[in-house]
Amino acid sequence: MNDDYLEIRGLTVDFDGFKAIDGVDLTLLEGQLHFLIGPNGAGKTTLVDAVTGLVPATGLARYRHQDLLRTKSHRIVRAGIGRTFQTATVFEGLSVLQNLDIAGGVHRTAWKMALARRGTPSYVEEALETVGLSGLRDKPAGVLAHGQKQWLEIGMLLVQDARVMLLDEPVAGMSAEEREETGELLGRIGRERTIVVIEHDMDFVRSYADVVTVMHAGKVLAEGSVAEIQANARVQEVYLGRQHKTSGAEMSSGAESSQEAGHA
Amino acid sequence: MKNLLQTGQRWGRTWGPLLGIVVVAIALLVVAPAVLSPFRLNNLGKYVCWAIAGVGIGLAWGRGGMLVMGQGVFFGLGGYAMAMHLKLEAAMATGGPDAVPDFMVLYGDGTMPGWWEPFRSGTFTLFAVLVLPAIAATILGFAIFKRRVKGAYFAILTQALAVAFATLLVATIKQTGGFNGLNQFTQFFGYNLYDPVNKKMIYSIAAVLLVVCLVVVWQLYRSRFGELLVATRDAEERVRFLGHDPANIKLVAFVVAAVMASIGGAMFAPITGIVSPSDVDATASIFLIAGVALGGRSLLLGPALGALAVGFGRTFLSESFPDQWTYFLGLLFIVVILFFPSGLGSAWSQLSARLRPKETVR
Repeated sequence: MNDDYLEIRGLTVDFDGFKAIDGVDLTLLEGQLHFLIGPNGAGKTTLVDAVTGLVPATGLARYRHQDLLRTKSHRIVRAGIGRTFQTATVFEGLSVLQNLDIAGGVHRTAWKMALARRGTPSYVEEALETVGLSGLRDKPAGVLAHGQKQWLEIGMLLVQDARVMLLDEPVAGMSAEEREETGELLGRIGRERTIVVIEHDMDFVRSYADVVTVMHAGKVLAEGSVAEIQANARVQEVYLGRQHKTSGAEMSSGAESSQEAGHA
Repeated sequence: MKNLLQTGQRWGRTWGPLLGIVVVAIALLVVAPAVLSPFRLNNLGKYVCWAIAGVGIGLAWGRGGMLVMGQGVFFGLGGYAMAMHLKLEAAMATGGPDAVPDFMVLYGDGTMPGWWEPFRSGTFTLFAVLVLPAIAATILGFAIFKRRVKGAYFAILTQALAVAFATLLVATIKQTGGFNGLNQFTQFFGYNLYDPVNKKMIYSIAAVLLVVCLVVVWQLYRSRFGELLVATRDAEERVRFLGHDPANIKLVAFVVAAVMASIGGAMFAPITGIVSPSDVDATASIFLIAGVALGGRSLLLGPALGALAVGFGRTFLSESFPDQWTYFLGLLFIVVILFFPSGLGSAWSQLSARLRPKETVR
């Protein structure tokens, strides 16, 4: 095992006395599809925000000997950590190709930035191929379907050469086929990367997760394989909001309803 | 066939704008001097100076999303730098190498402040016209953008700067000529300003500078920087997660815009024969913005053509309706903003977009 892992120790995010994240320990290894689940308000997105410099946090978050909590957002990206947001934020006026190309800016010198793009860089071509948007390269990103926008964002992370990808609900709102394609895509690109997916859809988690971390009220409740998590009594309790013996199937429906009800 | 069409379209997208610049260049450099009287040509020269500043505003506001309401400050930096040199040239022509500007004798004790001294040199003045606004804009922009000041706050801040700058000029009559500004220039780098041939030459220099500025923004718009600037305008926080500090991207556009405004101001001095606080204050800054808004702020030629049109409109309306002309101008803006919020230049694409069904893919 090399040292390309993201280490989080005692991470705490304090919003004026309210601890959104309360002493979280996580080790995110390369080559694994790591899922982060939990009811709304559990602190999943806040955790990603803290690691990417969007909210101030205390504790430790380290990647390749770099202290992420004392690094500015754009420098964290340059260190190889990329993220997406719950709502896909591609540049709607730019074409698919331009969106991918613009993500390659981190590799360019100031002089190259002043020149126009000539042809398609090989890494952009590869990313187009990988996320399956080659046929739509010249379309403005604004006209893409919802799922395609998420793939485009993942493609932008590929172009950025993000070694760690933090994906915030990438399959929310996707059709069943789109979810399947996304899962396979993540499996493909996850082999030489560290991928963390925040997700609510238990079917999706069950199909693709290598490791699952369950968060609740700012703390890590459980960590393990899908089977271990489903068998965990405390996880079932949190997801159903009451003490009740359930099977894995019922837990999945509980997860989905918690997404809608939004109980914390 | 379709490929040929696509190639043609791509070619048109890249070189079409350049063709537009060529048309503007021919109109300004060949047609205008041939058909306009010296008086009208000189007036056009004045509008060209505003257009140069407008091109920069198009970059900062249209592409960068920064509503620069105080470009008069940078217009003034260039204008006053040049005017100081012209003032000293006029004084030295009659009073020898140590002569001081007439107003300093009139309002002061006849001694010249030390910071005027280097402006005796034409080379230094040209250097100052380019470097002073760059330094000022860098310091100012760094402070503003790193603190993530944007939107209306940014606009008000820059507007306040224009007010402060004009107030400072008015208050320092012994050093800057105060309310009267600097005027009564006699020569421009050794050339007599009363000679119509020289006036025509100065007009041509301004027109060439406008074309140069247009070519500069044309390259910036088609460059990767241009794409990144638009991306920053549309989703600043997202750009952060592409690994860029948006502050740096905006700073570059802001500094380029400031230098362009300064170049416009520097040519304004010899063409109009005066630079005064009313040419650089808040109202003047808003007129600069107005031309850009009218022409289409995010287009390549929109800001320049809009500035020329507003300049012409000011002259024409004030000649025909000396008292009511500002109302006409106001009315024009209401109509444009109501029907073509992205400027007259985008009227065609806006209309055709309304007629065409919206494109979607699955």
